[in-house]
Amino acid sequence: MKPHKAVWILLTALTALPATAADITVSAAASLSNAFKDIAQSYQQQYPDGRVRLNTAGSGTLLQQAVQGAPVDVLAFADQETMDKAAAKGLIHPQTRRNFARNTLVAATPATSKLTLAQLTDLTKPQFERIAVSNPNSVPAGSYARAALQKAGVWQALQPKIIRTQHVRQTLDYIARGEVDVGFVYRTDAALMKNKVRILRTVPTDKPVSYPIAVTRSGRQQAEAQRFVNYVLSPAGRAILARYGFKQP
Amino acid sequence: MTEALSVTLLLSLKVAGTATLLNIILGTATGFMLARCRFPGRDLLDTLITLPMVMPPTVLGYYLLVLLGRNSTFGGWLKDTLDIQLVFTWQGAVIAAALVTFPLVFKPARAAFESVNPQLEQAAEVLGLRPWAVFFRVSLPMAWRGILAGILLAFARALGEFGATLMIAGSIPGQTQTLSIAVYEAVQAGEDGLANGLVLLISAVCIVILLAISHLARARDGRS
Repeated sequence: MKPHKAVWILLTALTALPATAADITVSAAASLSNAFKDIAQSYQQQYPDGRVRLNTAGSGTLLQQAVQGAPVDVLAFADQETMDKAAAKGLIHPQTRRNFARNTLVAATPATSKLTLAQLTDLTKPQFERIAVSNPNSVPAGSYARAALQKAGVWQALQPKIIRTQHVRQTLDYIARGEVDVGFVYRTDAALMKNKVRILRTVPTDKPVSYPIAVTRSGRQQAEAQRFVNYVLSPAGRAILARYGFKQP
Repeated sequence: MTEALSVTLLLSLKVAGTATLLNIILGTATGFMLARCRFPGRDLLDTLITLPMVMPPTVLGYYLLVLLGRNSTFGGWLKDTLDIQLVFTWQGAVIAAALVTFPLVFKPARAAFESVNPQLEQAAEVLGLRPWAVFFRVSLPMAWRGILAGILLAFARALGEFGATLMIAGSIPGQTQTLSIAVYEAVQAGEDGLANGLVLLISAVCIVILLAISHLARARDGRS
């Protein structure tokens, strides 16, 4: 075979890959990544013609990708505000929007640390040198944490100690590595690293941490996307979410 | 917004400038050593210190995080004995930028020193100059244009460093949030106005640096 012919065949093969009939892309909040990987797997077992590509990041990042025209079929966020913005921009079919899980925000510390946290205002004490908070402008875990710290009246005072991260799993990683003394993550995240991360306390949030999911308008596989959303909401999907510690909506 | 822009630009210049300064000294010295000294493992050393240029920045960031983190032997030693913390500091960002841009300085420096006729250096030595004087009065003046082009390229690349910096230094506004990280955050948060300002600013700086490099290259060709 001549080299240029081989290149031609390779190119054709590569361009043909994404065109499989029932391929859908699901953009899911970073905190959902493990649970959704499992859900996608068991979904593909149940529907062998279905193919799910999972794209995970902070909810704000996912929203911006969709706004800029990324080919997404299903959006699943960690807060209602981001989905409200998606709806306001006409990105989703509003009638397909459902809440499918709930979570709890926690303050967590490296498993080796001896710190305790009776109340959020104690974070101003000197033993808390570095506090990891996801970027509140684009990550729900960060905006929930900011709201809680503002309510406690310490958000401004804590600014010099705050390490801003790009998504909740980066916060979790910094806690697990002992690079920060405390960080704000979801209970389900902390549960993934039980041997490295210890939960100090639950952080009460004014708004419940609830996850909405919806089918996008721009997706080319509307029926397939709806089938995936239905699967997430089905008993099988809920069972997987429950296994990772997510609560019923 | 303009105040935030100028703080971010100044921080970026500080990080890239310090990293470049480090590399001017270390990169030039390494380039000279590799050009003039023959020793076993010279090619291997050259390969190893060129690695940062081709490795993904996230790999470097991970290496740095593991090496300099509080829980690592070296990072723990730095913190306990010297009270130096590099993770989440602008000095950490300097180390990331310096590591990534090191090959851009030492590679052209090595080539520039190799193009200097060794007979001229030997003549200077015969005429009684000490080795360091031979370096500063003969080798360096004849090689400096090639070295300078590498330095400018390294500075431009250091300004744009993103992956390794984000992992080791984080994104703390006013402390470790450099221009490229600020662009990333602005786009993620949907702040298009801020993103536009930042990308125009960084594009302008990069264009000026590239123009300076091509000016240098032309001047060099004109001379020879």
